[in-house]
Amino acid sequence: MIDALPTPTSAAREPLIQLRGVTKTYGTGVAAFEALKGIDLDIYAGEFVAIMGPSGSGKSTVMNMLGCLDSPTTGQYLFQGIHVERLTRQQRALLRRHALGFVFQGFNLLARTSAQENVELPLLYRGESAPVRRELAAKALESVGLAGWEGHTSAELSGGQQQRVAIARGIVTNPLVLLADEPTGNLDSSRSKEIMGLLTTLNQTRKITVLMVTHEAEMAAYASRVVTFVDGRVRGDEQQLVPEINAAREDH
Amino acid sequence: MWFNAFLLALREIRRNLMRSFLTVLGIVIGVAAVVTMVTLGNGATVMVSERISNLGSNLLVMRAGQRLGPSSDRAGSNAFNIQDVQALQEQIVGLKAVAPAVTRAITLVAENRNWSSTVVGTTNDYFITGNWVLADGRKFEDDELQSGRSVCVIGETVRRELFGAVNPIGDRLRVRNFDCQIIGLLSPKGQGGIGLDQDDTVLIPLTTAQRRLSGNLDVSPILMSVNDMADTEQIIDNINRLMRERRNIAENDENDFSVVDTRQIAQALSGTIQIMTALLGAVAAVSLLVGGIGIMNIMLVSVTERTREIGVRLAIGALEREVLLQFLIEAVVLSAFGGIAGIILSFGACYAVTGLMGLPFLFDPVINVMAFVFSAAIGVVFGFVPARRAAQLDPIDALRHE
Repeated sequence: MIDALPTPTSAAREPLIQLRGVTKTYGTGVAAFEALKGIDLDIYAGEFVAIMGPSGSGKSTVMNMLGCLDSPTTGQYLFQGIHVERLTRQQRALLRRHALGFVFQGFNLLARTSAQENVELPLLYRGESAPVRRELAAKALESVGLAGWEGHTSAELSGGQQQRVAIARGIVTNPLVLLADEPTGNLDSSRSKEIMGLLTTLNQTRKITVLMVTHEAEMAAYASRVVTFVDGRVRGDEQQLVPEINAAREDH
Repeated sequence: MWFNAFLLALREIRRNLMRSFLTVLGIVIGVAAVVTMVTLGNGATVMVSERISNLGSNLLVMRAGQRLGPSSDRAGSNAFNIQDVQALQEQIVGLKAVAPAVTRAITLVAENRNWSSTVVGTTNDYFITGNWVLADGRKFEDDELQSGRSVCVIGETVRRELFGAVNPIGDRLRVRNFDCQIIGLLSPKGQGGIGLDQDDTVLIPLTTAQRRLSGNLDVSPILMSVNDMADTEQIIDNINRLMRERRNIAENDENDFSVVDTRQIAQALSGTIQIMTALLGAVAAVSLLVGGIGIMNIMLVSVTERTREIGVRLAIGALEREVLLQFLIEAVVLSAFGGIAGIILSFGACYAVTGLMGLPFLFDPVINVMAFVFSAAIGVVFGFVPARRAAQLDPIDALRHE
């Protein structure tokens, strides 16, 4: 899957993602706005990182950066040793295609399209054949608890179900990293718990690195590590023991 | 990648069936209009050429007066006479036949039936100039022509209307105030025409017509058949010179008669129809252009409407050119479908109209293929701008788009 990408050289705790002195400036001159003011951050494979912070703190900007949707103005971003800041738009698209999965706050499923076809979409861009697409999509839907819902369009699914389809779409390619931008922002608290439980399970059983932006401490509590941004800088970075996981499991 | 883009485009069209239909409606109508116009125009051209060549082979028509068209016999100038006919026969080289004619519209009576037809007083040369063949009976005898006997040869339409299934040879036909004996029946020329049925005619000897119908010795028009290998232009010149001399026309005066080559009429008419066809086709082509703009319009709206979706596609790893291709193929598939629908529609329209107007239906594969290719090309041209706009979207902005 990621033959094109260099394999990690040492089995030791080499970070999957390294940000070094990353800044991001929007606009120029007087109107210039510095959203990130020098970020250093290491993320290791298998982590579940929650990125928190008030609005305007730069957490969305860093998320776009980590998701290879955006390039830093200055500084370095290494993904598995690859200098992402040196990649072209097309190379970043290929990196996203092969190594990343996305979950959005607004679900962003294709309208009037079945869950099955939505989940197949990333596989289509990877050039998988129809039978492979069908099988992998069915498996992904099963792993988010939506076996039997393949033919339903997004209009026929509840918000929680839609987000689970979106998660299935995010993991169907078996990515190294799943990026979730406020995945529970549009859901009520019990649906939110379901989704967080699902992300935790995927992180623990399939060893997918999960990066999640949230402003709710309740959701951040599921993560193994919480990075807090304030005013374009990393303000806090702490590992968590995660009692909430057990609580979430009891909820199921 | 091509196949994927094609698949995605088809899914997109299926997802918005109604909108897709409305989008291509302009193309459908444009293609249908162009193809229908050209097909009907071709049919009309062929029909006119055929009908005029049917009038007679290498036929020259000389009328008194300068007006083109029928009924200019007495347009203020002197008619011809039988001496003119003899002069033409003797002095013009290259004429196969010279037939004088005196023409009157007259109500015919046979048994107890009436039929209004055209009675032509003429000679046996008329059979040559008009390409007439006898289905039955005989032509005029010399003594019948000279002494003005009451005999006639009738056309197929007259036979059908007055005699039905009965063989009319030997029967009598009343022409205004005299009876004449039917000695021959013309083979039908057989074309159903608009207002022009050549089979609706009765031929009688010229002298008979002059004595019994017109009451004078005038002759007009004079029909002439040119030998196949002869130079028609040269012969027309010679005829003009001879007639000017005979009619004492001064050096600088205009002709008070006209000689018309039916082949020229055919060419002129076909030319006119072809120009009309080209004009109408061009007008229809403008509607195709409008249809293309319609596609661009809807595609642009669609790109805006689907901005978030495009953002998702880009985020999960769609390449710029894949998005471009998807939208471009969507436009091309749409417009190509529109082209096919238009061709089918025009086929139906042509079928109906040609049936209604009695035109031949000439299916022209070239114009159909051209219309199809052109409609697909419209998809490429007008789909490109929206497709490029979609492909160049920034995924972050696109995902944030409300």
